[in-house]
Formats: sequence, structure tokens, C-alpha cells
Amino acid sequence: MILKPHREDIKIIGYYLGKIIFGLSLAMLVPIAVGLAFGEVNPALDFTIGMEVALLCGLCLTRACFTEKDLNWMQGMIVVSLSWLAAMVLGAVPLYLSGHWKSFLDTCFDAMSGFATTGLTLAQNLDHMSYAHNFWRHLIMFIGGQGIVIVALSFFVKGFSGAFKMYVGEARDERILPNVIHTSRFIWLVSFVYLILGTLALGIAGTLGGMKPINAFFHGACIFMAAFDTGGFAPQSQNILYYHSLGIEIITVVIMILGALNFRLHYHLWMGNRREIIRNIETRALFITVMATFFITAVGLAQAGTYPQALTLFRKGFYQLISGHTGTGYQTIYPAQFMQGWNPLSMVGVICAMALGGAVCSTTGAIKMLRIGVIFKALLEDIKRIILPERAIVVQKFHHIKEVFLEDKLARSALMITLAYLGLYGLGALAGMFFGYPFLESLFESTSAAANVGLSCGITDTAMPTALKITYILQMWAGRLEFMSIFTLIGFFVAAVKGK
Amino acid sequence: MIQVTSHKSQVTRIAVLLLFILLSWVVGRGSWVCYAQPVSSSELINNAGQYDGKTVTYAGEVIGDVMRRGNYAWLNVSDGKNAIGIWAPAGLIQDITLAGNYKIKGDTVEVSGEFSRSCPEHGGDLDIHALSLRKDASGSARVEKMDPDKKNQAVILLGVLIAVWILSKFLRR
Repeated sequence: MILKPHREDIKIIGYYLGKIIFGLSLAMLVPIAVGLAFGEVNPALDFTIGMEVALLCGLCLTRACFTEKDLNWMQGMIVVSLSWLAAMVLGAVPLYLSGHWKSFLDTCFDAMSGFATTGLTLAQNLDHMSYAHNFWRHLIMFIGGQGIVIVALSFFVKGFSGAFKMYVGEARDERILPNVIHTSRFIWLVSFVYLILGTLALGIAGTLGGMKPINAFFHGACIFMAAFDTGGFAPQSQNILYYHSLGIEIITVVIMILGALNFRLHYHLWMGNRREIIRNIETRALFITVMATFFITAVGLAQAGTYPQALTLFRKGFYQLISGHTGTGYQTIYPAQFMQGWNPLSMVGVICAMALGGAVCSTTGAIKMLRIGVIFKALLEDIKRIILPERAIVVQKFHHIKEVFLEDKLARSALMITLAYLGLYGLGALAGMFFGYPFLESLFESTSAAANVGLSCGITDTAMPTALKITYILQMWAGRLEFMSIFTLIGFFVAAVKGK
Repeated sequence: MIQVTSHKSQVTRIAVLLLFILLSWVVGRGSWVCYAQPVSSSELINNAGQYDGKTVTYAGEVIGDVMRRGNYAWLNVSDGKNAIGIWAPAGLIQDITLAGNYKIKGDTVEVSGEFSRSCPEHGGDLDIHALSLRKDASGSARVEKMDPDKKNQAVILLGVLIAVWILSKFLRR
């Protein structure tokens, strides 16, 4: 028997959702400050309006649903999934007011793409966008990459047991430190340290490359936020191609890889445990899959003959590949070039890379390396069981921070999520084909959206069908939250309608 | 009578020949002087293989930064649909004063140069190496005025926000 949710459930969900919206509204103070610093009056007004709307929503929810009760698992999951939808709509308000998007749906698409660290964009005339709006586009990637709820946990919540439920709901099931609030703060500490270093490196590279210093450092901060959080937005329409700089390409590759590593691994590296990077199953899996998918891509590119020189083939092929594998989506080629200059084999290489993703407890999306490693180990265990005598006891272990015994439960969970991702990629590809796009292009764009990558082969355009825009928004949302919170939300609505 | 006719036909032949020579000269000279029709960015990107290694004319607004690299510079020129990188000798870009951004409409230029779909000199970038560059129109700075509608919306929302906050305090008591 399905139980109808109580009014108290709705109150608790509303109250914590309101708190998170408060956090989001305060984040809009940053682009207001950027707008004022650059003398951009109307963009600052856009964010003032956006902030007031968000504050109003947060105020209404926290006052109307005031409670002192803590969250249970179901409520925590629902708060997370609704928070991301609320962030999409409220985060889109100031962007829409800028006039750079053709419709509010297009703006919501970009806002979800930003928060989910995807990087697909429908923005118009990006090269004339204000500093304030551009900063917000990248800041939402930084916020979304850490996790919208983590922002609230870190800065606006003093500590309660429901915090862990929301933390898990945002697809982070690993605690770095015993306390989840401390874990969130550590994630922010790592991010801020890298933010300073990354902005400096990119700013200096940009200045040496002939950019005005103010632009170089502004772009540096934006590019860092989008690269470390494996987002993929860039301040200019040409993405990374705008800079025509090998230095910036190398720095962004390093930042993208750092963003794709597990925050627990960062913690151990910071603590001086450097051997962990070699022993960890995730980094090993990442290395092997990068090599394998790059081999496929490189063979494809060599067959296509687009890049006759080996060095240019490596530079273009490896950059798009690593960008796809880490889930960033930075491009040094135009989207149409995937179709014109890359053959199906090279595109398959990139699609596989995008589908696999980076580490768990990182800012990447997709299946993720731990699951790939676990599935591989489980397969190995099964093969050993077949080969070895029946009486032999087969024990499979893997190293992930510590030695872990491979249990069936772990393998099943990894397989379930992997299958869910594969299903999501396939459904998006079907939707693309339904609207008349060819199979490979549809699969490419669908995988990019669902794995929160942001590489585009040209389908993502303001002229694409509305239903496809909505499909990609849902894919980005589901892919970022890794299904559980969304399934819980669907279950909640079903219970509200059918429950007794 | 016959003689007069043949003389006339001879004059006509010479006149036609002269006209042909004159026309050929005008047409030939004309094609040498005029710039070719600019190709759009979409055309270049979507048919990059077809234009690879050919001299093309491309026009648009200079956007972002003019990035000087030694005796050369990178310009990014947007025709409204896409921006394409132009690698130009420093001598060609002396007239460019404004590059487009939020507050500036950049100079409009027409570039003639060699198009590469994967430039071997620049790591495989799709670019144009400028052979000639002409500034068609100067850019201009945009004076930003406060939008009265946005200002009113902000003030009204602030009022509503304060009212809701006071009301919620009152209701809780």
C-alpha cells in the first residue's frame, strides 16, 4: 500500500528548499558586485531583480513552512531534486533579463546546463555579453559543481543530521571527513586554493598571449571555474579556440584533470599521501580509459585525414577527448567540425569517453571511474570462478583510499547506475532521432547532455525543437543527480496522487 | 556599291574587335581591383574542406581582444553567426582601434586571406591568414543608460519583499 505524503512532509521539504533558495539568492551579490565594478548598470539591476525574486520565494517558503524538524531520507532527496529545479528557474531570471536568450526556456536550458556543469549553451551574441552576466554563467558552474546543497550546507546551515541525506542526494556518497559539513568546507577550501592558482596561471598566459590584463584575469577566473567544475562555458562564443594559445590549452587540460579527480584523493594528496594517485582504482581506470578512447579517436582522425600532421592530430584529438572524458566540454574546434572533419570512428571514441566520465565525489557527471573499475573487477572475479576449481575461494579486492573487498552489493549498485546512464544516453539519442537528426549526432549530443559534458556537434541550437530542449534539460538534471533523488521525487508525486 | 558594303563591314569588324578588347580590359581590370564577395562564417566552417588552402574574403566585427604576438596578431572577427580567428601581420591591423564587447561595437573589417581548416602553423586551428585587411566601418562605444522599467521593477520588488517580511513577522506573533 502506498502512503500519501503528510502535510508535515511538504512543510519540511518547503522549509529546507526555502533555505537553499536563500543561499542561491545571496550568491547573486557576486555578479551585482562585478557589474558595479565594471560600471554595468543594467546588468547589476538584472541581478538585483533576480535576487529579490529569489529572496521572495525563499522568504515565502521558510515562513509558510516553518519547522524545527529534521529531514528524513525521502525528504532530503526531494529537497535536493527540487532545489536543482528551483535553482534553474531562479538562476535563469537575471540571465533572461539580459536579452541574450530568445526565450525563457532557452535561458532555463543554459541555467540547468550551468548548474549541472554541462556547458551546452543557447546564448545569443555571447561576444557582447556583460561581465556580470558572463561571471554568473561561470559562477553557477562553480556552485553547481560543488553542489548547490553543499553551498547551503557550508555557509548557511549550522549542522544537523539531515545534512548527510541532502549530501548523498547530490550524488556524493563519500565523506572525506567524518562530519559532512566539514567535508563540504574542505571541498570549498580545495576549490578556492585551486581557483587562485588557476586564475593566476590562466591570467598570466592570457596576458602573455596579448590580451588586456583585466580581460586576461577575468577570463582566467571564468575559465578556471568552468574547467575545474568540469563545466565548459567560456566567456566568448569560440570557446577555447578564441585564445589561439597552446599555453591556455595545456593549463585547462591540467585543471580539467584536477576537476575530474575524487575530492578524497585530493585530500590524501594534500596530506602527503602521493602514492595514492598510483594505487587508486579510479586513477588507474581513468588512465586506461583515456588511453583506450584516445587510441580510437586518433585512428579515426588519421583515417579522416583532417589533421595530416601528427602533432596537430594529437593537439586537436587529445584536447576534445580529455575535455569529453573529464566531462568539461571545452572545445578548440567548431561544433560543425565534428560532423565535417571527424569521421564516425573518432566520434565514437569521444562518445565513449563522454559516457565514462571522471571520478566519483568529483565535479564530473557520467558513469564514473569507480563504477567502471568495480564492474571490471567483478567480471574478473566471475572469470576466475569459472577457471579455478569449484572449491577455490575467490576474493576480489581493489584499492580506493583503502583496500576494499568487492561485495556483490557493490557490484550490483555499480551496474545499476551504469545501466541507468546507458538508458539515459539511449533515450536522448532516440529523442534526437525522433526529431530527424541522424543516429550518431543524436547519440553524441544526448551523451554530452546526460553525462554533463557540453561538447556539441551542432544539434544544440536555439532553433532545435522545444521538446528536445526539454529532453536535454531533464537529461542534464537526472545525469547530475545520478537518478536516486529524481526517482524519489517521482515516487513522492505518485504517492501524492495514488496513496491512501 | 559592292565596295562601299565591304568597306562598311570592315569598319564594323574593327569596331567590334576594339569593343571586345576594351570590354576585356575593363572586365579584367575590374576583377583585379574589386574585392571578392565575402563568404559567411557558416559557409566556411560547414564547407571547410572545400575552402581549405584557398584565398577567401571574410567580413565582420572585430570582437574581444586584438592579441599581439610579435610581428603578428590574432583578431577574432564575427559575422554575427560565428567568429573566426584571423592571423594578421601587425602592419595590417594598425587601423583597428575598437574591438567589440558589451560596451563597444567593434570595427568592421573585410579580410582577404588564405583559409585553413586545420592550420599546420597554429596547431590545427581553423583560421585565415590575412593577406589584406580593410576597415569598412569604425566601431563605437555604447553609452549605457539605466533602463527605467528595470529600475521600477527592482523598486517594486523591494517593496513587496519588505512587505512580505513584515507581514510574516506579524503573522508569526
